[in-house]
Amino acid sequence: MAILIFAESTNGKLKKASLESISYGARIAKMLGTEATALVCGEASAEELAKAGTFGAQKVLHASQMPSNFDPQLASTLVLKAVEKTGAKTIIFSHDYAGRSVAPRISAMLQAGLVSGAVSLPDLSAGFSVKKNVFSGKAIAEYVIHTDVKIISLLPNSVPTEQTNTVASIETFNDATSEYVSGLNITKKAIDNSGGILLTEAELVVSAGRGMKGPENWNIVEELANTLGAATACSRPVSDIGWRPHHEHVGQTGIAIRPNLYIAIGISGAIQHLAGVNGSKVIVVINKDSEAPFFKAADYGVVGDAMDVIPKLTEAFRKFKLQNA
Amino acid sequence: MKILVCISQVPDTTTKISFVDNDTRFNEDKVQYIVNPYDEWYALVRALELKETLGGNVTIITVGTSAVDAVIRKALAIGADDAVRIDMDPSDAYSVAKSIADYATGKGYDIILAGKETIDYNGSEVPGMIAALLNLPFIALGSKLDIEGNSAVVEVELDGGIEVIKTTLPAVISAAKGMAEARIPNMRGIMAARTKNIEVIPGTASALVGVKKFTLPNAKSAVKLIDPDNMDQLVELLHSEAKVI
Repeated sequence: MAILIFAESTNGKLKKASLESISYGARIAKMLGTEATALVCGEASAEELAKAGTFGAQKVLHASQMPSNFDPQLASTLVLKAVEKTGAKTIIFSHDYAGRSVAPRISAMLQAGLVSGAVSLPDLSAGFSVKKNVFSGKAIAEYVIHTDVKIISLLPNSVPTEQTNTVASIETFNDATSEYVSGLNITKKAIDNSGGILLTEAELVVSAGRGMKGPENWNIVEELANTLGAATACSRPVSDIGWRPHHEHVGQTGIAIRPNLYIAIGISGAIQHLAGVNGSKVIVVINKDSEAPFFKAADYGVVGDAMDVIPKLTEAFRKFKLQNA
Repeated sequence: MKILVCISQVPDTTTKISFVDNDTRFNEDKVQYIVNPYDEWYALVRALELKETLGGNVTIITVGTSAVDAVIRKALAIGADDAVRIDMDPSDAYSVAKSIADYATGKGYDIILAGKETIDYNGSEVPGMIAALLNLPFIALGSKLDIEGNSAVVEVELDGGIEVIKTTLPAVISAAKGMAEARIPNMRGIMAARTKNIEVIPGTASALVGVKKFTLPNAKSAVKLIDPDNMDQLVELLHSEAKVI
Protein backbone atom coordinates (compact mmCIF):
# COMPACT_ATOMS: atom_id res chain seq x y z
CA MET A 1 0.00 0.00 0.00
CA ALA A 2 2.82 2.41 0.82
CA ILE A 3 3.48 5.45 -1.35
CA LEU A 4 6.91 6.44 -2.66
CA ILE A 5 7.55 9.94 -3.99
CA PHE A 6 10.56 10.77 -6.12
CA ALA A 7 11.87 14.21 -5.20
CA GLU A 8 14.89 16.29 -6.22
CA SER A 9 17.00 18.80 -4.38
CA THR A 10 19.02 21.20 -6.51
CA ASN A 11 21.49 23.69 -5.03
CA GLY A 12 20.47 22.45 -1.60
CA LYS A 13 16.77 23.23 -2.08
CA LEU A 14 13.87 20.87 -2.72
CA LYS A 15 12.40 21.74 -6.10
CA LYS A 16 8.98 23.36 -6.09
CA ALA A 17 7.63 20.60 -8.34
CA SER A 18 9.00 18.00 -5.87
CA LEU A 19 7.18 19.63 -2.95
CA GLU A 20 3.99 19.45 -5.00
CA SER A 21 4.62 15.74 -5.65
CA ILE A 22 5.29 15.09 -1.95
CA SER A 23 2.07 16.81 -0.92
CA TYR A 24 0.17 14.94 -3.65
CA GLY A 25 1.63 11.57 -2.60
CA ALA A 26 0.93 12.29 1.07
CA ARG A 27 -2.69 13.08 0.28
CA ILE A 28 -3.03 9.77 -1.57
CA ALA A 29 -1.42 7.98 1.39
CA LYS A 30 -4.04 9.54 3.64
CA MET A 31 -6.83 8.41 1.30
CA LEU A 32 -5.44 4.87 1.38
CA GLY A 33 -4.59 4.90 5.08
CA THR A 34 -0.90 4.29 4.49
CA GLU A 35 2.50 6.00 4.75
CA ALA A 36 4.21 8.34 2.32
CA THR A 37 7.98 8.13 1.86
CA ALA A 38 9.87 10.81 -0.05
CA LEU A 39 13.01 9.69 -1.85
CA VAL A 40 15.07 12.88 -2.03
CA CYS A 41 17.96 12.96 -4.51
CA GLY A 42 20.72 15.49 -4.08
CA GLU A 43 22.36 17.46 -1.31
CA ALA A 44 20.03 18.96 1.28
CA SER A 45 20.37 20.05 4.91
CA ALA A 46 18.32 18.37 7.65
CA GLU A 47 16.29 21.53 7.83
CA GLU A 48 15.55 21.38 4.11
CA LEU A 49 14.66 17.67 4.32
CA ALA A 50 12.22 18.46 7.14
CA LYS A 51 10.18 20.32 4.53
CA ALA A 52 9.15 16.93 3.14
CA GLY A 53 7.37 16.42 6.46
CA THR A 54 5.77 19.83 6.27
CA PHE A 55 4.28 18.72 2.96
CA GLY A 56 3.05 15.45 4.48
CA ALA A 57 5.72 12.74 4.13
CA GLN A 58 6.25 10.48 7.16
CA LYS A 59 9.65 9.28 5.99
CA VAL A 60 12.52 10.64 3.97
CA LEU A 61 15.06 8.45 2.22
CA HIS A 62 17.92 10.79 1.42
CA ALA A 63 20.12 9.87 -1.53
CA SER A 64 22.75 12.43 -0.57
CA GLN A 65 25.47 11.16 -2.91
CA MET A 66 23.66 11.65 -6.20
CA PRO A 67 25.86 13.44 -8.73
CA SER A 68 24.85 17.05 -9.34
CA ASN A 69 24.21 16.34 -13.03
CA PHE A 70 20.99 14.33 -12.99
CA ASP A 71 21.58 10.79 -14.26
CA PRO A 72 18.28 9.14 -15.25
CA GLN A 73 19.77 5.62 -15.28
CA LEU A 74 21.16 6.00 -11.78
CA ALA A 75 17.90 7.54 -10.59
CA SER A 76 15.97 4.56 -12.00
CA THR A 77 18.19 2.10 -10.14
CA LEU A 78 17.74 4.12 -6.96
CA VAL A 79 13.95 4.22 -7.32
CA LEU A 80 13.82 0.43 -7.78
CA LYS A 81 15.88 -0.04 -4.60
CA ALA A 82 13.57 2.31 -2.72
CA VAL A 83 10.48 0.49 -4.02
CA GLU A 84 11.99 -2.74 -2.76
CA LYS A 85 12.75 -1.23 0.64
CA THR A 86 9.38 0.44 1.20
CA GLY A 87 7.17 -2.08 -0.58
CA ALA A 88 5.55 0.87 -2.34
CA LYS A 89 2.49 0.15 -4.46
CA THR A 90 2.07 3.69 -5.71
CA ILE A 91 5.02 5.69 -7.05
CA ILE A 92 4.78 9.43 -7.68
CA PHE A 93 7.00 11.52 -9.96
CA SER A 94 6.80 15.09 -11.13
CA HIS A 95 6.15 15.33 -14.88
CA ASP A 96 9.40 17.16 -15.60
CA TYR A 97 12.70 16.04 -17.16
CA ALA A 98 13.39 13.61 -14.32
CA GLY A 99 9.86 12.24 -14.43
CA ARG A 100 9.90 11.88 -18.19
CA SER A 101 13.22 10.02 -18.11
CA VAL A 102 12.64 7.79 -15.11
CA ALA A 103 8.90 7.05 -14.77
CA PRO A 104 8.51 5.20 -18.12
CA ARG A 105 11.58 3.11 -17.30
CA ILE A 106 10.19 2.06 -13.93
CA SER A 107 6.76 1.43 -15.47
CA ALA A 108 8.16 -0.96 -18.06
CA MET A 109 10.49 -2.71 -15.61
CA LEU A 110 7.78 -3.32 -13.02
CA GLN A 111 4.99 -3.70 -15.60
CA ALA A 112 3.18 -1.08 -13.55
CA GLY A 113 0.59 1.14 -15.24
CA LEU A 114 1.71 4.76 -15.67
CA VAL A 115 -0.37 7.88 -16.07
CA SER A 116 1.92 10.76 -17.00
CA GLY A 117 1.02 14.40 -16.53
CA ALA A 118 -1.80 13.77 -14.03
CA VAL A 119 -3.84 16.82 -13.01
CA SER A 120 -6.03 15.39 -10.23
CA LEU A 121 -5.92 13.24 -7.13
CA PRO A 122 -6.95 9.66 -7.90
CA ASP A 123 -10.58 8.60 -7.64
CA LEU A 124 -10.71 5.41 -5.57
CA SER A 125 -14.49 4.92 -5.67
CA ALA A 126 -14.27 2.32 -8.44
CA GLY A 127 -10.75 1.00 -8.88
CA PHE A 128 -7.98 3.59 -9.26
CA SER A 129 -8.42 6.32 -11.81
CA VAL A 130 -6.72 9.65 -12.37
CA LYS A 131 -7.22 12.51 -14.82
CA LYS A 132 -4.70 13.96 -17.25
CA ASN A 133 -4.78 16.45 -20.10
CA VAL A 134 -4.85 15.01 -23.62
CA PHE A 135 -4.88 16.48 -27.12
CA SER A 136 -2.45 19.16 -25.91
CA GLY A 137 -4.87 20.53 -23.35
CA LYS A 138 -7.95 20.41 -25.56
CA ALA A 139 -9.51 17.56 -23.52
CA ILE A 140 -9.17 15.66 -20.25
CA ALA A 141 -9.03 11.87 -20.02
CA GLU A 142 -9.76 9.82 -16.92
CA TYR A 143 -7.38 6.85 -16.94
CA VAL A 144 -7.89 3.64 -15.00
CA ILE A 145 -4.71 1.90 -13.86
CA HIS A 146 -5.27 -1.86 -13.99
CA THR A 147 -2.07 -3.05 -12.34
CA ASP A 148 -1.28 -3.66 -8.68
CA VAL A 149 1.63 -1.21 -8.69
CA LYS A 150 0.64 2.22 -9.96
CA ILE A 151 2.79 5.08 -11.21
CA ILE A 152 1.71 8.68 -11.59
CA SER A 153 3.71 11.63 -12.81
CA LEU A 154 2.11 14.85 -11.66
CA LEU A 155 1.89 17.89 -13.92
CA PRO A 156 3.54 20.80 -12.08
CA ASN A 157 1.24 23.57 -10.78
CA SER A 158 -1.92 21.53 -11.28
CA VAL A 159 -2.88 20.21 -7.82
CA PRO A 160 -2.65 22.60 -4.84
CA THR A 161 -0.31 21.59 -2.01
CA GLU A 162 -1.39 21.04 1.58
CA GLN A 163 0.86 21.78 4.55
CA THR A 164 0.83 19.48 7.56
CA ASN A 165 2.69 19.35 10.87
CA THR A 166 4.19 15.92 10.19
CA VAL A 167 7.73 15.42 11.43
CA ALA A 168 9.42 13.12 8.94
CA SER A 169 12.03 10.57 9.98
CA ILE A 170 15.17 10.92 7.89
CA GLU A 171 17.37 8.07 6.73
CA THR A 172 20.39 8.28 4.46
CA PHE A 173 19.89 6.03 1.46
CA ASN A 174 22.77 5.64 -0.94
CA ASP A 175 22.23 1.98 -1.78
CA ALA A 176 22.35 2.48 -5.51
CA THR A 177 25.04 5.14 -5.76
CA SER A 178 27.88 3.12 -4.26
CA GLU A 179 27.74 0.19 -6.68
CA TYR A 180 26.41 1.89 -9.78
CA VAL A 181 28.48 2.49 -12.90
CA SER A 182 26.69 4.87 -15.21
CA GLY A 183 26.73 4.37 -18.95
CA LEU A 184 26.16 8.08 -19.40
CA ASN A 185 28.75 10.83 -19.38
CA ILE A 186 26.94 14.03 -18.46
CA THR A 187 28.44 17.50 -18.58
CA LYS A 188 27.00 20.99 -18.47
CA LYS A 189 27.66 23.01 -21.60
CA ALA A 190 25.96 26.25 -20.78
CA ILE A 191 24.79 27.29 -17.40
CA ASP A 192 22.13 29.91 -17.14
CA ASN A 193 23.48 32.31 -14.54
CA SER A 194 20.90 34.98 -15.18
CA GLY A 195 19.41 34.14 -11.79
CA GLY A 196 16.04 34.48 -13.45
CA ILE A 197 12.97 32.54 -12.46
CA LEU A 198 12.65 29.07 -14.00
CA LEU A 199 9.97 29.22 -16.65
CA THR A 200 8.53 25.80 -15.87
CA GLU A 201 8.19 26.61 -12.19
CA ALA A 202 7.09 30.25 -12.52
CA GLU A 203 3.71 31.27 -11.17
CA LEU A 204 3.76 34.47 -13.20
CA VAL A 205 4.93 34.61 -16.81
CA VAL A 206 5.29 37.55 -19.20
CA SER A 207 5.51 36.40 -22.80
CA ALA A 208 5.94 38.36 -26.01
CA GLY A 209 5.89 37.73 -29.74
CA ARG A 210 6.37 39.30 -33.12
CA GLY A 211 4.25 42.29 -32.11
CA MET A 212 7.37 43.58 -30.33
CA LYS A 213 8.86 44.34 -33.78
CA GLY A 214 12.47 43.59 -32.80
CA PRO A 215 14.72 42.19 -30.06
CA GLU A 216 15.83 45.70 -29.11
CA ASN A 217 12.35 46.35 -27.73
CA TRP A 218 12.49 43.51 -25.19
CA ASN A 219 13.82 45.73 -22.42
CA ILE A 220 10.29 46.90 -21.62
CA VAL A 221 9.09 43.28 -21.49
CA GLU A 222 11.91 42.42 -19.10
CA GLU A 223 11.16 45.46 -16.99
CA LEU A 224 7.54 44.37 -16.69
CA ALA A 225 8.63 40.83 -15.75
CA ASN A 226 11.12 42.13 -13.17
CA THR A 227 8.57 44.42 -11.60
CA LEU A 228 6.12 41.58 -11.32
CA GLY A 229 8.68 38.94 -10.32
CA ALA A 230 7.73 36.93 -13.40
CA ALA A 231 9.63 34.68 -15.78
CA THR A 232 9.90 35.67 -19.44
CA ALA A 233 8.75 33.53 -22.37
CA CYS A 234 8.17 34.00 -26.09
CA SER A 235 6.33 32.66 -29.12
CA ARG A 236 7.81 30.33 -31.71
CA PRO A 237 8.49 32.82 -34.55
CA VAL A 238 10.46 35.00 -32.17
CA SER A 239 12.74 32.15 -31.06
CA ASP A 240 13.03 30.85 -34.64
CA ILE A 241 14.40 34.16 -35.91
CA GLY A 242 16.72 34.40 -32.93
CA TRP A 243 15.22 37.37 -31.14
CA ARG A 244 14.94 35.25 -28.01
CA PRO A 245 16.63 32.02 -26.83
CA HIS A 246 14.97 28.68 -27.68
CA HIS A 247 14.42 27.76 -24.06
CA GLU A 248 11.95 30.64 -23.76
CA HIS A 249 9.73 29.27 -26.52
CA VAL A 250 6.38 28.09 -25.17
CA GLY A 251 3.87 26.27 -27.33
CA GLN A 252 3.19 22.97 -29.01
CA THR A 253 6.78 22.38 -30.09
CA GLY A 254 8.45 24.35 -27.31
CA ILE A 255 7.61 23.78 -23.69
CA ALA A 256 4.19 23.66 -22.09
CA ILE A 257 3.65 25.79 -19.00
CA ARG A 258 0.74 26.35 -16.64
CA PRO A 259 1.40 29.41 -14.49
CA ASN A 260 -1.21 31.22 -12.42
CA LEU A 261 -0.89 34.27 -14.65
CA TYR A 262 0.20 34.36 -18.29
CA ILE A 263 0.53 37.78 -19.91
CA ALA A 264 0.82 37.50 -23.71
CA ILE A 265 2.03 40.58 -25.54
CA GLY A 266 1.93 40.89 -29.32
CA ILE A 267 1.20 37.18 -29.79
CA SER A 268 -1.68 36.40 -32.15
CA GLY A 269 -2.59 33.15 -30.39
CA ALA A 270 -2.16 30.45 -33.03
CA ILE A 271 -3.51 27.08 -31.92
CA GLN A 272 0.05 25.74 -31.62
CA HIS A 273 0.91 28.49 -29.14
CA LEU A 274 -2.28 27.96 -27.15
CA ALA A 275 -1.44 24.26 -26.80
CA GLY A 276 1.52 25.25 -24.65
CA VAL A 277 -0.23 27.77 -22.41
CA ASN A 278 -3.89 26.75 -22.19
CA GLY A 279 -3.29 25.29 -18.74
CA SER A 280 -2.62 28.78 -17.34
CA LYS A 281 -5.12 29.80 -14.68
CA VAL A 282 -5.52 33.39 -15.90
CA ILE A 283 -4.54 34.74 -19.31
CA VAL A 284 -4.09 38.42 -20.14
CA VAL A 285 -3.71 39.29 -23.82
CA ILE A 286 -2.29 42.58 -25.06
CA ASN A 287 -2.55 43.02 -28.81
CA LYS A 288 -3.21 45.96 -31.12
CA ASP A 289 -5.35 43.75 -33.38
CA SER A 290 -8.75 43.36 -31.71
CA GLU A 291 -9.39 40.36 -34.02
CA ALA A 292 -6.38 38.38 -32.72
CA PRO A 293 -7.59 34.83 -31.97
CA PHE A 294 -5.82 34.90 -28.60
CA PHE A 295 -8.57 37.16 -27.18
CA LYS A 296 -10.96 34.19 -27.39
CA ALA A 297 -8.76 32.27 -24.96
CA ALA A 298 -8.11 35.25 -22.69
CA ASP A 299 -9.65 36.23 -19.36
CA TYR A 300 -8.60 39.86 -19.70
CA GLY A 301 -7.70 41.71 -22.87
CA VAL A 302 -6.15 45.04 -23.75
CA VAL A 303 -6.43 46.27 -27.32
CA GLY A 304 -3.49 48.56 -27.83
CA ASP A 305 0.08 48.94 -29.00
CA ALA A 306 2.59 46.98 -26.90
CA MET A 307 5.07 49.87 -26.78
CA ASP A 308 2.41 52.09 -25.30
CA VAL A 309 0.62 49.59 -23.02
CA ILE A 310 3.57 47.76 -21.40
CA PRO A 311 5.15 50.78 -19.66
CA LYS A 312 1.73 51.76 -18.32
CA LEU A 313 1.12 48.25 -17.02
CA THR A 314 4.59 48.14 -15.44
CA GLU A 315 3.86 51.43 -13.72
CA ALA A 316 0.50 50.14 -12.47
CA PHE A 317 2.14 47.01 -11.03
CA ARG A 318 4.83 49.14 -9.39
CA LYS A 319 2.20 51.28 -7.73
CA PHE A 320 0.31 48.18 -6.60
CA LYS A 321 3.48 46.66 -5.11
CA LEU A 322 4.25 49.83 -3.17
CA GLN A 323 0.73 49.97 -1.77
CA ASN A 324 0.79 46.31 -0.78
CA ALA A 325 4.37 46.16 0.44
CA MET B 1 24.16 3.00 -38.98
CA LYS B 2 20.94 1.04 -38.52
CA ILE B 3 18.21 3.33 -37.22
CA LEU B 4 14.67 2.56 -36.10
CA VAL B 5 12.31 5.57 -35.90
CA CYS B 6 9.06 5.19 -33.97
CA ILE B 7 6.26 7.24 -35.44
CA SER B 8 2.69 7.79 -34.37
CA GLN B 9 -0.40 8.93 -36.21
CA VAL B 10 -2.07 11.93 -34.54
CA PRO B 11 -4.99 14.21 -35.42
CA ASP B 12 -3.92 17.39 -37.21
CA THR B 13 -3.17 20.22 -34.74
CA THR B 14 -6.24 22.21 -35.76
CA THR B 15 -8.69 19.30 -35.22
CA LYS B 16 -11.79 20.08 -33.22
CA ILE B 17 -11.78 17.44 -30.50
CA SER B 18 -14.98 15.54 -29.66
CA PHE B 19 -15.91 12.10 -28.34
CA VAL B 20 -18.42 9.31 -29.04
CA ASP B 21 -19.75 6.17 -27.28
CA ASN B 22 -20.67 7.98 -24.10
CA ASP B 23 -17.42 9.96 -24.14
CA THR B 24 -15.28 6.87 -24.01
CA ARG B 25 -13.80 7.10 -27.50
CA PHE B 26 -12.26 9.86 -29.65
CA ASN B 27 -14.53 10.89 -32.51
CA GLU B 28 -12.53 10.10 -35.66
CA ASP B 29 -15.20 11.39 -38.02
CA LYS B 30 -13.69 13.82 -40.60
CA VAL B 31 -10.40 13.92 -38.70
CA GLN B 32 -7.32 14.66 -40.79
CA TYR B 33 -4.36 12.61 -39.56
CA ILE B 34 -0.70 13.57 -39.69
CA VAL B 35 2.59 12.07 -38.53
CA ASN B 36 3.21 13.26 -34.95
CA PRO B 37 5.30 16.42 -35.51
CA TYR B 38 8.07 15.50 -33.04
CA ASP B 39 8.44 12.09 -34.72
CA GLU B 40 8.47 13.51 -38.24
CA TRP B 41 10.23 16.86 -38.02
CA TYR B 42 12.94 15.93 -35.56
CA ALA B 43 13.38 12.16 -35.07
CA LEU B 44 12.85 11.02 -38.66
CA VAL B 45 14.70 13.89 -40.33
CA ARG B 46 17.71 13.56 -38.00
CA ALA B 47 17.78 9.81 -38.70
CA LEU B 48 17.84 10.54 -42.44
CA GLU B 49 20.63 13.10 -42.01
CA LEU B 50 22.71 10.56 -40.09
CA LYS B 51 22.13 7.98 -42.79
CA GLU B 52 23.17 10.49 -45.45
CA THR B 53 26.51 11.17 -43.73
CA LEU B 54 27.26 7.76 -42.23
CA GLY B 55 25.42 5.36 -44.52
CA GLY B 56 22.98 2.74 -43.31
CA ASN B 57 19.28 2.22 -43.16
CA VAL B 58 16.27 3.99 -41.66
CA THR B 59 13.24 1.89 -40.78
CA ILE B 60 10.07 3.42 -39.40
CA ILE B 61 7.83 1.52 -37.04
CA THR B 62 4.32 2.30 -35.88
CA VAL B 63 1.46 0.58 -34.10
CA GLY B 64 -2.00 0.71 -35.63
CA THR B 65 -4.50 -0.84 -38.00
CA SER B 66 -4.28 -0.42 -41.80
CA ALA B 67 -5.86 3.02 -41.27
CA VAL B 68 -2.37 4.35 -40.45
CA ASP B 69 -0.86 3.31 -43.79
CA ALA B 70 -1.36 6.84 -45.18
CA VAL B 71 0.93 8.41 -42.57
CA ILE B 72 3.42 5.56 -43.04
CA ARG B 73 3.57 6.45 -46.77
CA LYS B 74 4.14 10.09 -45.82
CA ALA B 75 7.13 9.12 -43.65
CA LEU B 76 8.43 6.87 -46.44
CA ALA B 77 8.04 9.78 -48.89
CA ILE B 78 10.24 11.94 -46.66
CA GLY B 79 12.93 9.32 -47.09
CA ALA B 80 12.70 6.32 -44.75
CA ASP B 81 13.79 3.10 -46.46
CA ASP B 82 11.11 0.75 -45.21
CA ALA B 83 8.41 0.42 -42.60
CA VAL B 84 6.98 -1.95 -40.03
CA ARG B 85 3.38 -1.76 -38.90
CA ILE B 86 2.39 -3.61 -35.75
CA ASP B 87 -1.21 -4.49 -36.45
CA MET B 88 -2.90 -3.61 -33.18
CA ASP B 89 -5.00 -0.85 -31.67
CA PRO B 90 -2.44 1.28 -29.76
CA SER B 91 -4.42 1.38 -26.52
CA ASP B 92 -1.66 2.43 -24.12
CA ALA B 93 2.03 3.30 -24.10
CA TYR B 94 3.17 0.02 -22.56
CA SER B 95 1.51 -2.23 -25.15
CA VAL B 96 3.02 -0.06 -27.90
CA ALA B 97 6.51 -0.01 -26.34
CA LYS B 98 6.52 -3.74 -25.58
CA SER B 99 5.45 -4.64 -29.12
CA ILE B 100 8.13 -2.38 -30.61
CA ALA B 101 10.79 -3.69 -28.20
CA ASP B 102 9.88 -7.28 -29.06
CA TYR B 103 10.23 -6.49 -32.75
CA ALA B 104 13.56 -4.71 -32.27
CA THR B 105 15.10 -7.45 -30.12
CA GLY B 106 18.11 -8.99 -31.82
CA LYS B 107 17.81 -6.83 -34.96
CA GLY B 108 20.92 -4.80 -34.17
CA TYR B 109 19.60 -1.25 -34.34
CA ASP B 110 22.25 1.28 -33.36
CA ILE B 111 19.76 3.98 -32.49
CA ILE B 112 16.05 3.93 -31.74
CA LEU B 113 14.57 7.41 -32.14
CA ALA B 114 11.13 8.80 -31.33
CA GLY B 115 9.58 12.22 -30.77
CA LYS B 116 9.58 13.48 -27.19
CA GLU B 117 5.79 13.05 -26.97
CA THR B 118 2.74 12.67 -29.16
CA ILE B 119 0.37 15.61 -29.49
CA ASP B 120 -2.72 13.46 -28.85
CA TYR B 121 -2.12 11.53 -25.61
CA ASN B 122 0.92 13.61 -24.56
CA GLY B 123 2.48 10.72 -22.67
CA SER B 124 6.22 10.91 -23.44
CA GLU B 125 6.32 7.32 -22.25
CA VAL B 126 7.02 5.01 -25.22
CA PRO B 127 10.75 5.64 -25.87
CA GLY B 128 11.72 5.34 -22.18
CA MET B 129 9.76 2.11 -21.91
CA ILE B 130 11.40 0.67 -25.05
CA ALA B 131 14.81 1.46 -23.55
CA ALA B 132 13.93 -0.28 -20.29
CA LEU B 133 12.58 -3.34 -22.09
CA LEU B 134 15.71 -3.63 -24.25
CA ASN B 135 17.98 -2.72 -21.33
CA LEU B 136 19.43 0.22 -23.24
CA PRO B 137 20.37 3.75 -22.15
CA PHE B 138 17.65 6.34 -22.73
CA ILE B 139 18.12 10.06 -23.23
CA ALA B 140 14.95 12.17 -23.22
CA LEU B 141 14.31 15.51 -24.91
CA GLY B 142 17.39 15.62 -27.13
CA SER B 143 17.64 18.89 -29.03
CA LYS B 144 20.87 17.92 -30.79
CA LEU B 145 22.24 14.50 -31.75
CA ASP B 146 25.64 13.66 -33.16
CA ILE B 147 27.51 10.41 -33.58
CA GLU B 148 31.15 10.14 -32.46
CA GLY B 149 32.56 6.72 -33.20
CA ASN B 150 30.45 4.25 -31.27
CA SER B 151 28.80 6.92 -29.13
CA ALA B 152 25.89 9.28 -29.39
CA VAL B 153 26.34 12.83 -28.11
CA VAL B 154 23.03 14.39 -27.19
CA GLU B 155 22.26 17.90 -26.00
CA VAL B 156 19.32 18.42 -23.71
CA GLU B 157 17.97 21.89 -22.94
CA LEU B 158 17.06 22.01 -19.28
CA ASP B 159 15.88 24.82 -17.06
CA GLY B 160 19.35 25.61 -15.78
CA GLY B 161 21.11 25.47 -19.16
CA ILE B 162 22.23 22.81 -21.62
CA GLU B 163 23.47 19.33 -20.70
CA VAL B 164 25.66 17.30 -23.01
CA ILE B 165 25.12 13.58 -22.53
CA LYS B 166 27.36 11.01 -24.13
CA THR B 167 26.31 7.39 -24.29
CA THR B 168 27.59 4.30 -26.02
CA LEU B 169 25.38 2.83 -28.76
CA PRO B 170 22.92 1.25 -29.04
CA ALA B 171 20.67 3.73 -27.27
CA VAL B 172 17.14 5.11 -27.31
CA ILE B 173 16.76 8.87 -27.77
CA SER B 174 13.66 11.07 -27.79
CA ALA B 175 13.72 14.14 -30.01
CA ALA B 176 12.72 17.69 -29.13
CA LYS B 177 12.74 20.90 -31.15
CA GLY B 178 16.15 21.74 -32.55
CA MET B 179 17.34 18.23 -33.46
CA ALA B 180 16.56 18.82 -37.15
CA GLU B 181 14.57 20.97 -39.55
CA ALA B 182 11.34 19.64 -41.04
CA ARG B 183 11.54 18.35 -44.62
CA ILE B 184 8.79 18.47 -47.20
CA PRO B 185 8.57 15.33 -49.35
CA ASN B 186 9.26 15.92 -53.05
CA MET B 187 7.51 14.23 -55.98
CA ARG B 188 10.31 11.69 -56.37
CA GLY B 189 10.02 10.73 -52.72
CA ILE B 190 6.25 10.40 -52.97
CA MET B 191 6.56 8.16 -56.05
CA ALA B 192 9.27 6.04 -54.43
CA ALA B 193 7.20 5.64 -51.25
CA ARG B 194 4.48 3.81 -53.17
CA THR B 195 6.65 0.79 -53.75
CA LYS B 196 8.55 0.71 -50.46
CA ASN B 197 7.86 -2.28 -48.24
CA ILE B 198 5.56 -2.12 -45.22
CA GLU B 199 6.01 -5.24 -43.12
CA VAL B 200 2.89 -6.05 -41.07
CA ILE B 201 3.30 -8.04 -37.85
CA PRO B 202 1.01 -8.77 -34.88
CA GLY B 203 1.22 -6.93 -31.54
CA THR B 204 2.62 -8.77 -28.54
CA ALA B 205 1.33 -7.02 -25.42
CA SER B 206 -1.79 -5.82 -23.70
CA ALA B 207 -2.47 -2.53 -21.96
CA LEU B 208 -1.75 -1.63 -18.33
CA VAL B 209 -3.96 1.48 -18.31
CA GLY B 210 -7.08 2.55 -20.19
CA VAL B 211 -9.29 5.60 -20.64
CA LYS B 212 -12.58 5.40 -18.75
CA LYS B 213 -13.99 8.74 -19.85
CA PHE B 214 -13.08 11.86 -21.81
CA THR B 215 -14.29 15.33 -20.93
CA LEU B 216 -13.85 18.73 -22.53
CA PRO B 217 -12.53 21.61 -20.43
CA ASN B 218 -15.06 24.17 -19.23
CA ALA B 219 -15.68 26.82 -21.85
CA LYS B 220 -13.87 30.09 -21.15
CA SER B 221 -16.15 32.98 -20.36
CA ALA B 222 -15.87 35.98 -22.67
CA VAL B 223 -12.77 38.12 -22.39
CA LYS B 224 -13.03 41.24 -20.25
CA LEU B 225 -11.60 44.14 -22.22
CA ILE B 226 -9.72 46.83 -20.30
CA ASP B 227 -9.04 50.35 -21.55
CA PRO B 228 -5.30 50.66 -22.35
CA ASP B 229 -5.26 53.93 -20.42
CA ASN B 230 -6.57 52.24 -17.30
CA MET B 231 -3.94 49.66 -16.38
CA ASP B 232 -4.66 50.28 -12.68
CA GLN B 233 -8.01 48.63 -13.27
CA LEU B 234 -6.35 45.55 -14.83
CA VAL B 235 -3.98 45.23 -11.88
CA GLU B 236 -6.89 45.62 -9.46
CA LEU B 237 -8.88 42.88 -11.26
CA LEU B 238 -5.87 40.53 -11.25
CA HIS B 239 -5.59 41.12 -7.53
CA SER B 240 -9.18 41.13 -6.25
CA GLU B 241 -11.09 39.18 -8.91
CA ALA B 242 -8.61 36.69 -10.42
CA LYS B 243 -6.53 36.57 -7.21
CA VAL B 244 -3.30 35.76 -9.03
CA ILE B 245 -1.19 38.62 -7.65
